[in-house]
Amino acid sequence: MTVEEQTDGSANPQRSICIENLSKEYVRGKPVLHNISFTVEGQSSVAIIGPSGTGKSTLIRCVNKLIPPTSGNVYISGENITHLTGRNLRMARRKIGMVFQEFNLVERLSVMENVLCGRLGYVPSWRAWLRKYPQSDIDKAFALLESIGLLEFARQRADSLSGGQRQRVGIARAIMQEPHVLLADEPTSSLDPKTSVEIMELLVSLSGEHDIPLLINIHDVELARRFTVRVIGLSKGGIIYDGPPSELTNDHLKQIYGGENWLQ
Amino acid sequence: MTADTAKNFGPAFRTNWWARAGWLAAVLYAAYAANYLDVSWVRFLQGLGNGAAFLAEMVPPNFSRWQLLAANLIETVQIAIIASAFGILFSLPVGLLAARNLMPSWITWPFRAFIALCRSFHPVIFAILFVKAVGFGPLAGILTLIFASIGFIGKLFTEAIEEISLKPLEALRAAGAPFMSVIIYAVLPQVLNRFIGFSSYQLDANLRNSTMVGIVGAGGIGGTLFAAFQRFDYDFLAAILISIIALVMLSEFISTRIKRVFQ
Repeated sequence: MTVEEQTDGSANPQRSICIENLSKEYVRGKPVLHNISFTVEGQSSVAIIGPSGTGKSTLIRCVNKLIPPTSGNVYISGENITHLTGRNLRMARRKIGMVFQEFNLVERLSVMENVLCGRLGYVPSWRAWLRKYPQSDIDKAFALLESIGLLEFARQRADSLSGGQRQRVGIARAIMQEPHVLLADEPTSSLDPKTSVEIMELLVSLSGEHDIPLLINIHDVELARRFTVRVIGLSKGGIIYDGPPSELTNDHLKQIYGGENWLQ
Repeated sequence: MTADTAKNFGPAFRTNWWARAGWLAAVLYAAYAANYLDVSWVRFLQGLGNGAAFLAEMVPPNFSRWQLLAANLIETVQIAIIASAFGILFSLPVGLLAARNLMPSWITWPFRAFIALCRSFHPVIFAILFVKAVGFGPLAGILTLIFASIGFIGKLFTEAIEEISLKPLEALRAAGAPFMSVIIYAVLPQVLNRFIGFSSYQLDANLRNSTMVGIVGAGGIGGTLFAAFQRFDYDFLAAILISIIALVMLSEFISTRIKRVFQ
């Protein structure tokens, strides 16, 4: 499988995540992920489902090298980022937005400062320290905050917000990077069911609006079915299912999660 | 529930024989040490008599040499402020570089060793060393208190950093932020409040310590205090002690105000 094949004929060939024979071993000889390959490109949202401890978080962190993979390659928009280090890795990470399960905001900073954190890869440290961001960044942050309904909270501290609002800030921070691809690691696990749906709606709509392929780790199968066009089922470090949610059967789910009583 | 139906579950609390033996040993050793060092009731009563005579000579305090007193106090405050400023400034990077959750061990261990070295000596010992090295005067006192400050704030600051949440750091790394930006945005906001608390406490401690380094010739009011003591100038000694109390209380008041501003 080559990158050219992967990107051929897609709607937006320059924006993609391509994972090639990726394996990860924390302990030698005990792979957490084993030979994973798939591609996400164009305007699509893809869910990775699977039980806890099956390597979903590890997989998504291998994409931006927060966790270095043991072997295999990761291509972002055609660029192999697997062996990048230092400054080159930082440049590559700017293209990869990430949304976290526990939001990972800086609680003591304001909402605006948290959103502008998405620009830290572009702005020199001394400018960031003095809060001397380019006006275009600030305008963009305000516009983004308005679009997610948090404009009035811009100057408030992040820890004064509710869970759903914080996750919106987390998403705005990722979008501020102007990323080529968006990763979300269990973005709804810390939220109530109603807020979870709203957050998924926001992620999918922003991904469409900004033309960013979206890769979401999610353990909630119903949310995955409802909001994504493709589901990758992961179990014991390998891909068990890769296809549209409509073809995902109970047999597949049994294979992915094990047991069957929970399905009734 | 009657006695015959009650089950016997055994005692609810376990007796800690080791702790009891430890307490007993501590009491016995204290008695032995007091006997060995000739600490006795008779000597204590004699001492009280001497103390009363000494106190009687201290009243009324003699403020007639107030110019000398004021000049000394100002020097003391200057030593404390300069030492605090540089001590706080240096302890920031030192504390950061010694934090094991941010730095690899080959960086942290020399800095941890440096902090441990700063903490291993009482300021008086540092003062003696610096008086030998740079000569009598305030410079030796300033250097002494800079090292004392690095030892104290550096260690507390390192511990504060090691307790922070790493989640925001992960997010900023994922966004491609350079190392310094990660420190400024994700680390400092989490520890800044505590750092200001440590710093104002250290300024307080430096004021008290700077009254003392003068005893070994490192500048400040301590030298005058020691001289007054050796000349049996007890009324002037009382004046010096009262001014030190006033100074420390004033600094306490100011540091409370400073902390309130940053809360």
